Amino acid sequence: MKVQQPINSVKLCGPLCLCGEIPCEQIHHRGTENSQSFTEKSIRIFLKQYGLILVMVCGLLFSSFGFALAKEAQPNEDPQLEQRMKHLTEQLRCLVCQNETLADSRADLAEDLRKQIREQIRAGKTDQEIIAFLTERYGDFVLYNPPVKKTTYLLWFGPFVLLIVGTGVLYRYVKSRREKIKETPLTAAERKQAEEILNA
Amino acid sequence: MNKYLLIPLVLFIGLVAFLLVGLNRDPRELPSPLINKAAPDFQLQRLTEPARIFSPKDMRGKVWLLNFWGTWCIACRDEHPRLIEYAKSKAVPIYGVDYKYANDRNDERAAAIQFLAQEGNPYTETIYDPEGRTSIDYGVYGAPESFLIDKNGVVRFKQIGPITDEVWNKKILPLAQQLNQ
Repeated sequence: MKVQQPINSVKLCGPLCLCGEIPCEQIHHRGTENSQSFTEKSIRIFLKQYGLILVMVCGLLFSSFGFALAKEAQPNEDPQLEQRMKHLTEQLRCLVCQNETLADSRADLAEDLRKQIREQIRAGKTDQEIIAFLTERYGDFVLYNPPVKKTTYLLWFGPFVLLIVGTGVLYRYVKSRREKIKETPLTAAERKQAEEILNA
Repeated sequence: MNKYLLIPLVLFIGLVAFLLVGLNRDPRELPSPLINKAAPDFQLQRLTEPARIFSPKDMRGKVWLLNFWGTWCIACRDEHPRLIEYAKSKAVPIYGVDYKYANDRNDERAAAIQFLAQEGNPYTETIYDPEGRTSIDYGVYGAPESFLIDKNGVVRFKQIGPITDEVWNKKILPLAQQLNQ
């Protein structure tokens, strides 16, 4: 296993990103304060004991008010544009918070990218052109729908190949089994012998 | 014993090997589509001298390192002292792009000038990207990111995240020497 460098934990928090609600710098500063007044101490103890609950409550609040809090102004000018925008960004990945779509992510980079995509839609670019703009920069990884090409053949066709091979193997197995247990009718002598045993 | 009974075991071991390799890969390190392609052009102001415009075209004929950073980026601060050391070695000139943080922060330029004055300046030139457009053109998503660009303006290597001594000594330096020949 690769040894994880400690810096990665900072990186994951994301220089460009506010995947969570707390900017990295605030996390960073928390441990560096020296002065500890009484109130600070009690707040600290409170946080230690109820921190998790607090975080959960905050999480709930933030998730329900997420829209209202988003920094980005919601442009309400053109519903058609927003419709295309939504359709497009829902199939694209935010590279900072990798499990979020570009539509959902609140990372600054995602915000900047949405801005650029809006501009390009206004400039009359087609969806393909906009997707090409992004893949030229970030690679196919931005696409939630991977394109069919040489390196993704296994991904796209592998399951079907497995299905065909599996069906073939199953067919052969069943056939060979049937041959093994083929019924061979009793000869007249055997039948007589069996009857004798049964009637005895 | 039927030898076909071993097939599921072999398949299972294969699957485990496949997943193990996958586990050890860092999902943040994506292959850059820019490798072996022309470095995107831009025209941006220098950090301290807004009147002077910098373009990568000015760098034709040189092997150079383009480093995207920002004062808001903690990993960049971690990388900074090493960059100063590398710059001192004069092996590869390092050019910095100071990348603005977010739409609601407009003091990045001043902050960067102050930061470089305090912590030392590894950059031959520092360029300011106020809207992050150049950074997007370079596909930057996890600063610091560094691009080694050859004499013809082609990107030959990309480092995502801070440059470590290992990366510098084993990848960037040898490649730069080779490109300089």
